[in-house]
Amino acid sequence: MMRPETEAELANIISTAERPLCIKGGGTRGVVVDGETLETGALSGVSLYEPGALTLVAKSGTSVSEIDTLLASEGQRLAFEPTDNRGLLGLSGESTIGGVVAGNISGPRRVQAGACRDFMLGVRFVTGAGEIVKNGGRVMKNVTGYDLVKLMSGSFGTLGVLTEVSLKVLPKPETQAVVSVHNLSIEDAQQAMTVAATSPFDVTGAAHIPRGESERPVTMIRVEGFEASVAYRSRELTTLLGEFGTVTSETDPQIVDASWRAVRDVEAFHDKQGDVWRISCKPSDAPMLANKAGAEDLLFDWGGGLIWVLTKAGSDLRAKLGEFDGHATLIRAEAETFNNLGRFHPEPSGVAVIASALRRKFDPRGILNTGLMG
Amino acid sequence: MEMPAPNLNVVSMKAELIQRLSRVLNEDAIIHDEAETRAYECDALSAYRCPPLLAVLPSTTEQVSDVLRICNEFGVPVVPRGAGTSLAGGSLPTADCVIVGVARMNEVLETDYDNRFVRVQSGRTNLSVTGAVEERDFFYAPDPSSQLACAIAGNIAMNSGGAHCLKYGVTTNNLLGVTMVMMDGEIVEIGGAHLDASGLDLLGIVCGSEGQLGVVTEATLRILRKPEGARPVLVGFDSNEVAGQCVSDIIKAGVLPVAIEFMDRPCIRATEAFAKPGYPDCEALLIIEVEGAEEEIVEQVALIKGIAQQHNPVELREAKDADQAARIWLGRKSAFGAMGQINDYMCLDGTIPVSQLPYVLRRISEMTEEYGLAVGNVFHAGDGNMHPLILYNANTPGDLEKCEALGADILRLCVEVGGCLTGEHGVGIEKRELMLDQFDPIDLEVQMAVKDVFDPQWLLNPAKVFPLSASAARRMAAE
Repeated sequence: MMRPETEAELANIISTAERPLCIKGGGTRGVVVDGETLETGALSGVSLYEPGALTLVAKSGTSVSEIDTLLASEGQRLAFEPTDNRGLLGLSGESTIGGVVAGNISGPRRVQAGACRDFMLGVRFVTGAGEIVKNGGRVMKNVTGYDLVKLMSGSFGTLGVLTEVSLKVLPKPETQAVVSVHNLSIEDAQQAMTVAATSPFDVTGAAHIPRGESERPVTMIRVEGFEASVAYRSRELTTLLGEFGTVTSETDPQIVDASWRAVRDVEAFHDKQGDVWRISCKPSDAPMLANKAGAEDLLFDWGGGLIWVLTKAGSDLRAKLGEFDGHATLIRAEAETFNNLGRFHPEPSGVAVIASALRRKFDPRGILNTGLMG
Repeated sequence: MEMPAPNLNVVSMKAELIQRLSRVLNEDAIIHDEAETRAYECDALSAYRCPPLLAVLPSTTEQVSDVLRICNEFGVPVVPRGAGTSLAGGSLPTADCVIVGVARMNEVLETDYDNRFVRVQSGRTNLSVTGAVEERDFFYAPDPSSQLACAIAGNIAMNSGGAHCLKYGVTTNNLLGVTMVMMDGEIVEIGGAHLDASGLDLLGIVCGSEGQLGVVTEATLRILRKPEGARPVLVGFDSNEVAGQCVSDIIKAGVLPVAIEFMDRPCIRATEAFAKPGYPDCEALLIIEVEGAEEEIVEQVALIKGIAQQHNPVELREAKDADQAARIWLGRKSAFGAMGQINDYMCLDGTIPVSQLPYVLRRISEMTEEYGLAVGNVFHAGDGNMHPLILYNANTPGDLEKCEALGADILRLCVEVGGCLTGEHGVGIEKRELMLDQFDPIDLEVQMAVKDVFDPQWLLNPAKVFPLSASAARRMAAE
């Protein structure tokens, strides 16, 4: 295993590498490919944090927990709420900010605040040819040249190895509340989430757990902000959702946090056997797709735009779903299943040609996470 | 601003090209008469003009595909054009190019409130996207000042922002999918109605690529439900430093206004003389807008006023009704027009870290004095996106050049303090030669390698974004 301590050292390792490399941040996402492990954990530390400018710059190996603690000290946070996959995958270790960016890892608040890539302001990275490249910067509005910042976000180390990222952060709201509707069918839950998400009440989370507490379905809507505003919006949402069934609301911060952590980290699947998939789809298609999935268990987030699916080990979910507007990513399975089905959804041919040509440009020798994305 | 010499070989093929294009387009969609091509000789950076060889106005994605395939075959450069409102010369033609204008493609193709998106043809104007969904109280968030005229195609090309992006983000944060025609005529679909596209974020790289990677013909845009209400607060200060500090304190306090706009004294005076919004005569003025239901607005306004009071404002005014709100915004919205009354102006677009605001404003004023010019500052303070307006007289020989030199110095200053050359207008031709002040050659080489993938012959908008010397080898190879 190689663990460079500087960007220059990392660049040297890559430019002199003779074999494929497996790029590793904290190793908490279960993304492993054949090759010698190149770990970024020693490129660590926050290089700039300006709370008044909502800006944070950190080396890629900085742990997410260190960043969370620092931001919390100023009442701020990463608003895209990155998932913690350790429980789901049975892994330990510390998630790194570089890994979060490389995977564009975004949680329940994605539906309102945006994904990780939407908060990315700048990157430094080393290409597969060993060149050190920067793009974007540390300011919130920047259209100077091509937006490689977005391209690098979610590229899973296949275009380059991130060495530094700069992010927009947001204030942590004063209070939050969750409004829950109980015992809904998937179809009704979908309707209820749509009603909430299309209301003017600035919903920051909309999820449905078919087997929640005591195996009963619960549909959860989150609002955040200043106290009077949260109280007002909770009231309005309670009224609005009354037509669907019994509605309760909760404002205890610990309980609200815990319930959204359960959604974010897919806790419902933690102790269950089988493969885990993640479907990104048009929200209104969610009940139809859930029907086709033949799932052991399900969890709906992003107002239905994200479905977590637990299936029997080795089953080909994509074949069951057929063609749809969206894609299915395999998150947890045996190595053999990953080999057979691939982690990522096959892309339409036009897009696939562009993507593979980009990978060849950035990584001409094909040594960075080879084969991971196609 | 230099543009490459036209390829005379291409120019000599004009008649043949028209003949080929007329097989795929109606006659009225091909503009080749020299008097008529003049309508496309410039965009909103009107100091630079050059009529194109031809302009075409296709009506469908398939026609765009046919046109690009033919141009590719002839080796003719293509300059895509939305509404022609670029302030950076993004759609400035060359004498050997075909302008591909999407103005006739302005239909709404699909409106889906449940899934919060609208799919439109890219020639549709920004404001009319909101117009198409406001009957159900929805809106499209990015709001560039030119939103009445500018097209979604151009918004995507430049990744346009606006006054309200502190809360809602810029175009790239509100774009879900595109239909794009590649230079060889292939039609690709990227993204769709779902929230995140699979694989590499091609949508992210297309957005803001200034028409150099493909011609976007359709777009799937995220729409949002309108908040119940909005209210601006106006605060006047006797120093730029204090105003800058107030912005920072508001953000730190956890309030996230939808907009924080800043105007300095020259701008305040100009707008007061021009539109009479009743602004106080002070050094710096902030307009801070919050949104929500009445109780939310009241709560946020109270917080903002509390913070502002700690900075001894010379004026603190909350809009009590729609009329007062409109008056507060009136001056800001007429600021560019007001400055234009005084003289010709050049509008810069650099972004800086908010913490550098007082320093940068002071330096701009010193530099302006050294050049013997005048400048007014009006900008989006919440995100550090500055818009210095440098006044000059287009009829005075040498004045434009002097103004451009000052502009370049100001943009270098923005980069020097940790910012960038352009926050929302794009590089175009205007900032092309300054790119090496912000980037190392290798940074640009990697960006150009992206263009190599999408447009191997460098026919799409070739003389933009990158310094001419940096892109020369690639452009020459195409000829």
